[in-house]
Amino acid sequence: MDLKDLYRDVILDHNKSPRLFGKLDPADSSADGHNPLCGDRLHVTVRLDGDRVSDLRFEGKGCAISVASASLMCEAVKGKSRAEITHLFNEVHEVLTRHDAPVPEDLGKLAALSGVREFPVRVKCASLCWHTLNAALERSHEPVKTE
Amino acid sequence: MNANPAYSSYDAERVWRDFPILSRQVNGKPLVFLDSAASSQRPASVIAAVDEYEKKHHANVHRGVHQLSQEATNMFEHARERVREFVNAASTREVIFTRGTTESINLVAQSYARPRLQRGDEILLTGLEHHANIVPWQLVAEQTGAVVKVVPINHRGEVDVADFSRLINERTRIVAFAHVSNALGTVLPVREITQLAHARGAVVLVDGAQAVPHQRVDLQALGCDFYAFSAHKMYGPTGIGALIGRESLLGSMPPWQGGGDMILTVSFEKTTFNVLPFKFEAGTPNISGAVGMAAAIDYIDSLGMHAIHEHEQRLLKIATRKLEAVPGLTIIGTAPDKAAVISFTLDGIHPHDLGTILDTEGVAVRTGHHCAMPVMDFFGVPATARASFACYSRESDIDALVAALGKAREVFS
Repeated sequence: MDLKDLYRDVILDHNKSPRLFGKLDPADSSADGHNPLCGDRLHVTVRLDGDRVSDLRFEGKGCAISVASASLMCEAVKGKSRAEITHLFNEVHEVLTRHDAPVPEDLGKLAALSGVREFPVRVKCASLCWHTLNAALERSHEPVKTE
Repeated sequence: MNANPAYSSYDAERVWRDFPILSRQVNGKPLVFLDSAASSQRPASVIAAVDEYEKKHHANVHRGVHQLSQEATNMFEHARERVREFVNAASTREVIFTRGTTESINLVAQSYARPRLQRGDEILLTGLEHHANIVPWQLVAEQTGAVVKVVPINHRGEVDVADFSRLINERTRIVAFAHVSNALGTVLPVREITQLAHARGAVVLVDGAQAVPHQRVDLQALGCDFYAFSAHKMYGPTGIGALIGRESLLGSMPPWQGGGDMILTVSFEKTTFNVLPFKFEAGTPNISGAVGMAAAIDYIDSLGMHAIHEHEQRLLKIATRKLEAVPGLTIIGTAPDKAAVISFTLDGIHPHDLGTILDTEGVAVRTGHHCAMPVMDFFGVPATARASFACYSRESDIDALVAALGKAREVFS
């Protein structure tokens, strides 16, 4: 296990200066995510243009992995359709959880999260934002849990 | 350096060698185990005692006339006597084996409190409780219409006895609090609080899970009505613990689970319940666990609780000084009277990241809310890292922790 593989420069950078951090008001939908294991809390707000997420923000407190993952996710999904987001989520999920999964080329900066799979207890940190975004897109206002 | 004869003979390296697991490696580094407040490790003598029981003596207890059953029963009841001696309970009738602290507290909530509480009655807790001493009371409050009240903590993580005095009133039926806070290490003045509660007719339950491994507990001197603890935090096995209860109260309480061992006679019309303590021990108990718990008490006695306490307090002082010198580190919980537990945060690094980085250095600390979310809320942090010490902790463990914190700083620089 190499720490540098988990805390890559992209992750540290997005943790220090998270992109699309904040809250959209008004927003078309929002959701709360909570990881009870480490106390991470995220709030995601989205604006929709038909089938597309035209804009989104996240706010909250969390570990470097969860903050960087949320920041990278927001950048990656902005402007994308629901189908494209689902596709990305599936790819990210595969990369986070399957030890031998190849890292798809279209993941872009999200590929920086692939080091997380060497640290199984941290997978939930990286996936919390995606579950929260999903909940917002499903218009669910129930808090999401990774447990 | 230390004039105390018990302490000067304390050999931490030798104690460390009594615990086989401590010599293993983690992530290619020697293990530095600083998470004993979550669960301590077991000495070879405890492992051997359980092994010996399983290999030579096991049968069901209180049931057979055959040799093995008698041996198992003798060992189980001997363990009860050892637990009684360990906390100076008045009688083995007051010593109930449970699965641990959590089950002990639930037993009191459901068997003592639930039949007695009326709407508007008050249960008084403190702001530093573990979830195990909050949730059972919330459940019984919902069932009965009773109200949960909370004695606040201050910025050092202490509770003020004057606040107990203010909040205990004629509606207070139960006062429940930790002897030692698992998240902060704060030691509470059990005797004083108990006297205040008794003066107003309230019954006192103390969560002793974090106290019994670190200091001598004398229940007859403390005077509380119920005392709960677990073996696995005091060098014994998991899945076994005890509830010590005042005999007059236990005697008036209905059984909380039904089954074998807790009955005298059963017909389909009526069951006669067994005497104390068996009334509260339905089903085949954790016999090997009890044997291991007794062996853990023997082990503690062999070192001397006073010597363990002195050793840990010395480590606490050293660790506090060395951690305070780490730039950006804040210790959460600074009560003058503390067990050897240090919760802390490090600026700019989330405790969860810290936990992962320390782990790659072989250093095991707990990170998270420590099952004490109200404590985290009070200090305005989502989580902390917590280093906790035990009889086998060494000064070199503190140095390894400090070095690993330096490594974390490097990663996040």
